Amino acid sequence: MNQTRRGFMGKAFGAVAGVGAVGALYAMKKSWDPLPSVKAAGFTTIDVSACVANKLIVEKWRGKPIFVLKKTAEMVASQNEEQAARDIVVGDDHFMIAIGLCTHLGCIPAYREDKKDFKCACHGGEFDFAGIDTLAPPPSPLVIPPFKITGNSVVLGEEGPEYKKMKESGVIA
Amino acid sequence: MAHFEKANSLNEWLDQRLAVNTLRRVLAKEYWIPKDINFLWAMGMVLAVTFGILLVSGIFLLMYYQPNVATAFDSVNYTIMQEVEFGWLWRHVHAVAASVVFLIIYIHMFTGIYYGSYKKGREMIWISGMLLFVAFSAEAFSGYMLPWGQMSYWAGMVITNLFSLGSLEVNSLVEWIRGDYVPAQAFLDRFFMLHVLLIPLAILALIGIHFGALRIPHVNNQKGEEIDFKVEAEKYKAGNKAASKVIAFANDFMSKDMFVVAVYLLFFFYLVFWHFNFAMDPVNFDPADGLVTPAHIYPEWYFLWSYEILRPFSKDIGLIAFGFAQVIFFLLPFLDRSPNAVPASRRGAFMLWFWIMVVDMIVLTAMGKLPPEGIFSTIGLVAAVVFIALWVALPFITKLEKKC
Ligand code: FES
Repeated sequence: MNQTRRGFMGKAFGAVAGVGAVGALYAMKKSWDPLPSVKAAGFTTIDVSACVANKLIVEKWRGKPIFVLKKTAEMVASQNEEQAARDIVVGDDHFMIAIGLCTHLGCIPAYREDKKDFKCACHGGEFDFAGIDTLAPPPSPLVIPPFKITGNSVVLGEEGPEYKKMKESGVIA
Repeated sequence: MAHFEKANSLNEWLDQRLAVNTLRRVLAKEYWIPKDINFLWAMGMVLAVTFGILLVSGIFLLMYYQPNVATAFDSVNYTIMQEVEFGWLWRHVHAVAASVVFLIIYIHMFTGIYYGSYKKGREMIWISGMLLFVAFSAEAFSGYMLPWGQMSYWAGMVITNLFSLGSLEVNSLVEWIRGDYVPAQAFLDRFFMLHVLLIPLAILALIGIHFGALRIPHVNNQKGEEIDFKVEAEKYKAGNKAASKVIAFANDFMSKDMFVVAVYLLFFFYLVFWHFNFAMDPVNFDPADGLVTPAHIYPEWYFLWSYEILRPFSKDIGLIAFGFAQVIFFLLPFLDRSPNAVPASRRGAFMLWFWIMVVDMIVLTAMGKLPPEGIFSTIGLVAAVVFIALWVALPFITKLEKKC
């Protein structure tokens, strides 16, 4: 058989296989993406009016624990600028709201009411009551989820103006 | 069509169609094994048998296991353990084998390191073996997820979080791997698929490559002697079996292999019937709960050493050290600059290197299990640094080694 014809067939096959492989890989990648139903369930409303100061409440959003901590008057007064910048203010109350997963490897830190801080049992990391990391290994503060304040409630999963402001000022990376 | 004669026996009939006699010759009767090897060389066969046990027990578990976050826990802890007759047996066999297989892999690996069986033309045996180790690790991890207990869930959380690559915070990659924001249904389903199909397939293929890689360089021997397999095989075939340095794999060497396997199986079933608990983490008997972390998260014993290398450092350095620990063994044939494929006892400084490495990994394993506090963190940190330093030193100390 004519060699150039054989060469052409080889190249043609290569081209078809190449296109097919790229398409298949794309489909495989997309198949592993979170399903629409998973994404759609990504909103949670938390009513914070019943919160008691210095008592941690754990809610659930996207399967993750959410820490809601109402700060006492002294806590608010004692805050430095960095800590205050992370306050979420609903009405007159100041809250720390953050995803309750250690930024090291994702364990749930425990709140110590007496010391007013969080201790992560997994590798010994610590966070203060504003969620800022104070003892390694965690490399960064607890993550503040996208939120929107409506009346006495906080809706998680939606970016409200307060959240956007925090983002602009660099409080949220 | 090829010409076929009338066959006088089943063997002949099959031989004409499948070349069974040629196969038997190449795979068993004329596959040559040096005489001068000890029981440690039987670990390959022990591993093959253990893999077979895992496969069979896994099939029986698969028939009742349900990969659903709502029912997985009960399908294992109630249906299989209480309802299915002998279900407990398959589970304990599977769990014990999954744990013991790593013990044997480590013995197999360190035998290879001690006798220099990764050098001079045997690099592919080593590399394919390390790939098998990685595949077995992935298999063990994905299997650990399936009972959907507390440790399963949190191990899944922690290990998949590693893929955010530290400060790079590639959370989309983590979410892609999980198919959700946290380990959930999609996660369980895909790890179930990986555990029962994709990774076992990869393991089977790798076992084929690993065996194939042995064919040309042949196995090493206790003294590291270079054997001319052709010459020795001729002696053997001529009937001069006593003078020949090699024997046939089957049935000669097989008998020794199978003896070791028999002793191993006694030990194995002793564990299955009387000490299965060591392979079951008590925390995993609580159903998965995304809102409560167990007080102390640790992996199964066989991952503790590499976990401990991750733990004492800050996030990014820890991740780099961990990555280092995962890949560095692959490079062993190239980092060892000495051409001597002889036992470590005859290699001077390398012997020291070998035993410090063994002890260091045992220390790392012990520290990985203990809570990360006080003196334990310090010992862990030192051991992790020693581990890295040993690998950095390896090319230099082996370079200085005399040719023996
Ligand atoms: S997960 Fe919290 S310190 Fe490691």
